[in-house]
Amino acid sequence: MAYSNKVLDHYNHPRNVGSLDKSDPNVGTGMVGAPECGDVMKLQVKVNPDTGVIEDAKFKTFGCGSAIASSSLATEWLRGKTVDEALEIKNTDIVNELSLPPVKIHCSVLAEDAIRAAIGDYKKKSESRPQVSTNA
Amino acid sequence: MKLPIYMDNHATTPVDPRVLQAMMPYFTATFGNSASRNHSFGWEAEEAVEKARKQIASIIGATAKEIVFTSGATESNNLAIKGVAEMYAEKGNHIITAATEHKAVLDTCKRLEKDGLRVTYLPVQQNGLVDLDQLRNAITDKTILITIMYANNEIGVLQPIAEIGKMARERGVLFHTDATQAVGKVPVDVNKNNIDILSISAHKMYGPKGVGALYVRRRNPRVQLTAQIDGGGHERGMRSGTLNVPGIAGLGAACELAQKEMPEESKRLAYLRDTLKDRLLAGLDEVYINGTMEHRLPNNLNISFAYVEGESLLMGINDVAVSSGSACTSATLEPSYVLKALGAGDDLAHSSIRFGLGRFNTEEEVDYVAAKVVDVVKKLRELSPLYEMHQEGIDLTKVQWTAH
Repeated sequence: MAYSNKVLDHYNHPRNVGSLDKSDPNVGTGMVGAPECGDVMKLQVKVNPDTGVIEDAKFKTFGCGSAIASSSLATEWLRGKTVDEALEIKNTDIVNELSLPPVKIHCSVLAEDAIRAAIGDYKKKSESRPQVSTNA
Repeated sequence: MKLPIYMDNHATTPVDPRVLQAMMPYFTATFGNSASRNHSFGWEAEEAVEKARKQIASIIGATAKEIVFTSGATESNNLAIKGVAEMYAEKGNHIITAATEHKAVLDTCKRLEKDGLRVTYLPVQQNGLVDLDQLRNAITDKTILITIMYANNEIGVLQPIAEIGKMARERGVLFHTDATQAVGKVPVDVNKNNIDILSISAHKMYGPKGVGALYVRRRNPRVQLTAQIDGGGHERGMRSGTLNVPGIAGLGAACELAQKEMPEESKRLAYLRDTLKDRLLAGLDEVYINGTMEHRLPNNLNISFAYVEGESLLMGINDVAVSSGSACTSATLEPSYVLKALGAGDDLAHSSIRFGLGRFNTEEEVDYVAAKVVDVVKKLRELSPLYEMHQEGIDLTKVQWTAH
């Protein structure tokens, strides 16, 4: 199977590889997939609590080239978006941008799931924070 | 050194130029039909076929009359298993095989199950070998055939053929072995090992594609098969169809070369394979060899690079042709059923690479491949959340994954 140039570019030069501090209250972490399925994506966002803008995004992915490219692309798109804008990213956008063939659509679905999981984790943290401060 | 490097010799091999030379006359000058009994064109073609029959018989310790030509090992396996099932239907209706067989055997057995036969699929041990006690216990008075491969096409392990043959003979059960990967690589002897039927392919041993053979024992016992292709009654009535004379000449020449060069070639390939293995083990942690190294083809190495997905690794070594047990590289999107059968977990199947060394690989190529694989695995582990978790001391088997 031939890979699109964009998939190859992300595979050869993955953007924003790495990890953010999980315990930082402004960091949301999403981990989706399973090793026995052949792909696991970890996606993290660091959000400015005052503006709601994603200032940093990092990923690490165990998976095929298309899974790596999907998550690499996701981090690029996430940076500078607000958390609400981030939730508008659809897997089909990733499919179109990377020209993924039908057998690789699940990679884009996984990337969308990872975005939602990371944002969800951040939201959960930020919602619980005021309660903690008022109770304290 | 020329790129790309071909190291996928279990999938197919290039035709050896000496084999090609032996085939050439039979395309144009000596083009006769070996079944034409009344002119010299036919006689010359027949002579080529009979020469090849002897060359093939010789490499497995058989006699020329016991060789039936086919289109390849898939057809040979179909003919052997379906042919026995049909011919011996009155004697019994039970076949024993193993979970790690080639699809040409497994799917043939599944077809027969639909027709009402009973099939036992023996599991394999973690080393890839069948358990002889389990085999012994599986044999019933209705068992007509044991079909267990000689060497596995993914992990290269050599099944205990001599012991299986002895057991089958003692219990009066026919023994077929798919020896596609073994013939020409390791010494094979049908009499010493009590093999009754044996499948051979040309293109796995530097012969052409589209030609194979089936050894069918003629004495002690005399094996009979019901033909699966009807027609002019060629090949003792077991396989009709005009013989592929150039292909057969190629298979014969490939066998003769392999037999002559095997002692030296197997040593050289084992050295290259072990060099590759040692380099990979020295350069990387968390690397697992799939299947026993003790009973194995000299040219096979199947390794799992934990925390790295196989297709992404293949992408990184795109100037090296190898294959992976990863789901992403299979048509079915399922990880290798052979590796799953070893019980090591699906994650290691996704991370596996099969190296198949061959006659035309060099030490320089092995050096290049080893260095490249180490480099790419390291790079991909930097990207792997699983490797990060492993380094943090997290037990990945205890994590709640969101399987999809």
